[in-house]
Order: sequence, then C-alpha cells, then structure tokens
Amino acid sequence: MRGLGTIFRRELKAYFATPVAYVFIVIYLVLNGIFTFYVGGFYERGQADLEPFFQFHPWLYMFLIPAISMRLWSEERKAGTLELLLTLPVSLAASVVGKFLAAWCFTAVALAGTFPMWLTVNYLGQPDNTVIAAGYVGSLLMAGGFLAIGSCISALTKNQVIAFVISFVICFAFNLSGFPMVIDLFSAWAPQAIVDVISSFSFLTHFNSILKGVLDVRDLIFFASLIAFWLYANVLAIEVNKSN
Amino acid sequence: METLIEVNGLSKNFGTLRAVDDVSLEVRRGEVLGFLGPNGAGKSTTMKMITGFLAPSAGHIRVAGFDIDTHPLEAKARIGYLPEGAPAYGEMTAAGFLDFIADVRGIARAHRAARIREVVEQIHLERVLEQRIETLSKGFKRRVGLAQAILHDPEILIMDEPTDGLDPNQKHEVRTLIQAMAPTKAILISTHILEEVDAVCTRAVIIAQGRLIFSGTPRELAARSRYHNAVTVIVATDAVEPARAALATLGEVETRGNGSDARLTLFAPPGENPAARARATLADAGVAAQELFIEHGHLDEVFRSITLSAGDSGEVHRT
Repeated sequence: MRGLGTIFRRELKAYFATPVAYVFIVIYLVLNGIFTFYVGGFYERGQADLEPFFQFHPWLYMFLIPAISMRLWSEERKAGTLELLLTLPVSLAASVVGKFLAAWCFTAVALAGTFPMWLTVNYLGQPDNTVIAAGYVGSLLMAGGFLAIGSCISALTKNQVIAFVISFVICFAFNLSGFPMVIDLFSAWAPQAIVDVISSFSFLTHFNSILKGVLDVRDLIFFASLIAFWLYANVLAIEVNKSN
Repeated sequence: METLIEVNGLSKNFGTLRAVDDVSLEVRRGEVLGFLGPNGAGKSTTMKMITGFLAPSAGHIRVAGFDIDTHPLEAKARIGYLPEGAPAYGEMTAAGFLDFIADVRGIARAHRAARIREVVEQIHLERVLEQRIETLSKGFKRRVGLAQAILHDPEILIMDEPTDGLDPNQKHEVRTLIQAMAPTKAILISTHILEEVDAVCTRAVIIAQGRLIFSGTPRELAARSRYHNAVTVIVATDAVEPARAALATLGEVETRGNGSDARLTLFAPPGENPAARARATLADAGVAAQELFIEHGHLDEVFRSITLSAGDSGEVHRT
C-alpha cells in the first residue's frame, strides 16, 4: 500500500483548500443542533444522555455524506486527473483506501466539532460517558459505511449530481432496510432467508444497538465488512470503467 | 542502446470499435519517437496503454524490462507521463502539486526541495509556484504538467501533445528541453505538428485508424513525398510562361503563384541531376531564376497522402 499516506494527505488537504469543508462543517453542526434541541427535545426529556443527538445521525448522514463522497472519484474523472493518478506508481487499492480514509477523517473532524454537546450534557447532569463514547464510535462507523457506498457510486460517473442522488437513494435504502418499505419489495418474491439478510443490513438497527452503549462485535463486523465490500466494489468500478 | 519501450501486437477495442489495431513499436534509450496521426487515430489510446492506464485487449507492453500488466508499479515508477491536456489538481498550488508528485514518486525528503527547485528553474515556473493551478493560463498549466512528468528524472518520458496550446516561444523551449533530455532517455511524444517531428524526433511512426502505417526517420518520411528531389524554381511573374515551357521539356511541372513571383516545381524522372539540367534549360531559354533548389519533401503532404490512403483502402505501408 505504498503511496496510501500521500494520497490521504493530499485528499484531506483538498477539502480544506476549498470552501467545501467549512460549508459542510457549519451545516453539519447547525443541523445537529436543530435536531437535538428542537426535534429531539434534549431539554424537555430531562435525561442526561445524548440520545436525542445521536438518533438523528443516520438521517443527517443519509444526505450529508453523499455530499462529501460525490466528488471523490467523479471529480477525478471529470478533470482528467484520474489518468494522472492511475499512472503514478500507486496501486488502485491504495488510492481508493487513501481517498476513503481522507473523507472519513474529514467527517471525524466534523463529528469532533460536536464536543460542546458532550460538555453541555456533562454540565447539566451525570451522563454515562461510556454510552456517549459508544455513540460517537457508532456514529463514525456508520459515516464510514455511508462514505464507502458514496465513494463507490462516485467512481461510476463523472457527474457529481448523479453520484449524489444515487448515493442518497442507496443510503436511504440501507437506513430503512429493516422497515416495511424496503422489506415489502423483497418479501413478495424472495425467500425468507434473503429477506432476513436484507433486513439485517439496516444501519438503523446496528446503530441503535451501539447507542445502547454496547459495542457488540457483530455490529463492528457489520460496518467493517460493509466498508470493505463497497471499497472493493469501488476498485472494480474504476478498473472496469476507466476509459469513459 | 537498450530498448526501454517495447510494444508488441497491441490492440484495444471499445465495444465494437477497434481503436488500436495490432500496433508494434519500440523506443530505445537516446531516441525520441514522434507518434503521428490524425485526431482519433489511436495515439492517445496507445499511450494510455503503455503508461498502464488502460488495459490492452491484446498484445504485450514492456517498459524498462517490466511487463506493464504483471509489474505495473515497477514500470510506472520508471515512466514520466504527460497525459493529454495536462490534467492536474486545480485546487492545489503549483508548488503543492509538485510536492505531492515528488512524495508519490518516492523522492527522498532530503533531495525533494532541491529537485523541485531544479525542475522549476528548467521549466520557468518560478512566477506561478504559489498560484492555484486552476487560475493558471493554458501555457503554464501545460508546463506544470511537464514539470510533474520529469520530476523524478524518469528513464522513459511519454508526452501526449506536449506543445499543444503553447505559444511559439514556449514551443521552442519545450523542444529544446526535450532535445536536452533525449540522450539519456527514451522519449515518446505524440503530436500533429509535423515541424515538431523534424525538429525533435529521431524517428517517427504514423498511425491511422488504429493501425501503424509508417515507421522510419523523419527524412525517410519526407522521402515519400512527391516533392522529394523535385526542383523548385522561383521566377518573376512575367517569366512564368517561358520558364514553364522550358521546364516542361524535362518533366511534369506544377505552378504556384505567390504575389510578385511564382514557384515552379519540376518533377523530373529520377536518376538524372535534375537541378543542373533545370538550370541549364532555363539559361538556354533566357529565363532568370531568382532561386533554384532541390526539395527534401513536404511532411504535411506525405502525412495527408498516407493517412488518407490508409483510410480509403486500409492498405498498410511499412519501411
């Protein structure tokens, strides 16, 4: 994986070289605040925890993460830098992982920006900080899953809008895959085993179980293998579709 | 000299379109191979395969002894590549971009700054180093691309239309740079500017509709011209008719007017000394020639005739 670090650093710097990073972080923090305090009823609940904060993350990420990931490969395609990148002595896998990690690191920065939330809840009461820590880890893992999906989709097109819309739809489906709107699509014709597998893909289910404060190995494996799968698909998508 | 680029039976299909069809070529150290052809002939596609961007549909490529398919990283490490249009990350400054390339190319941190400075001076990028690449003029963007390609002092340099979009001074600079690097490297440049072939290339290949239709030195290429060894005489306009009549006794004559004077080109049968005979014949006829010289051949005319005939008949010329 030679060159991975270099690709990672360039990519991460690229976020902050344009207004993208700042716009994203500000919007992310503002939306988090609105959801937590107004929709989630943080004060009204009278409980010292961050559940009203975390519970909206799957919905926030569903459209904010595709906004980050849409440019990952589409832009390389459009600007022609894909050709430059792939003729450098760096393996495609290293480029894919490097760019993904940069995007993930960037979302981690945005997530870290929510620390006043944690300060607030600790000021107001005595929350269980291990549960909060698990929430942060779960939120980051889920962001990674969405990012891997978005990165793969953005490798398929040079049009960022298309990359955004398709990623959004897939992220939405993954959020809801435990719910009737997705399950009903399959239950009519697919065997029960497949329907069970699909419903087990729900980000919501896995994230909610982490939010309870238990970092179950199965949830970790779920997100890790999901990321690995989509990044592998990402490599294939570029490999097969380079000349376009 | 050792062969650094070896291409054998290379083909590339895009769906039903055969973009490159059974192309073989080699470039040795010290050579500058000019890769010529009309737009869409398959030049860029061939270069993309040699540099490992596209996978060939058939054929083999060895770069510095490494098969690009089985040892892509070793091969890519030895290539400097300027893709068509000199793509670069627009949001980076020229300095930041070169630093990134140096890092990816594994240039040790200790030499990095010195090496970048050296290339920047060579390519005259000092003025724009701190500017974002997207704000640069086309000429400067192209030069950033060139700097990126030669930064690691590669043995093999592949450049897709390196002088496209440059002004005449910049073109001259780039050609001088290529000539200066030529003795130690194998260089492959694509172009459709024929004077460039004459100016920098030791050998030229022409590709049309994906097929290699000529391979030889620029001189051999010129020798295929109808004009090769023809005699051109420049006379005053009022002397055109007697001059033409006189020359017509020796062979076919072509006349081109040019304002105050006219050019007559004599295509004499080979094997004689056409210049001397033309001079004598004109003197006998009492025509004063302003100039009289033997043509080496017109590259553009050769280019047109062989690429068009290849298109019509699919016929393959080789030397």
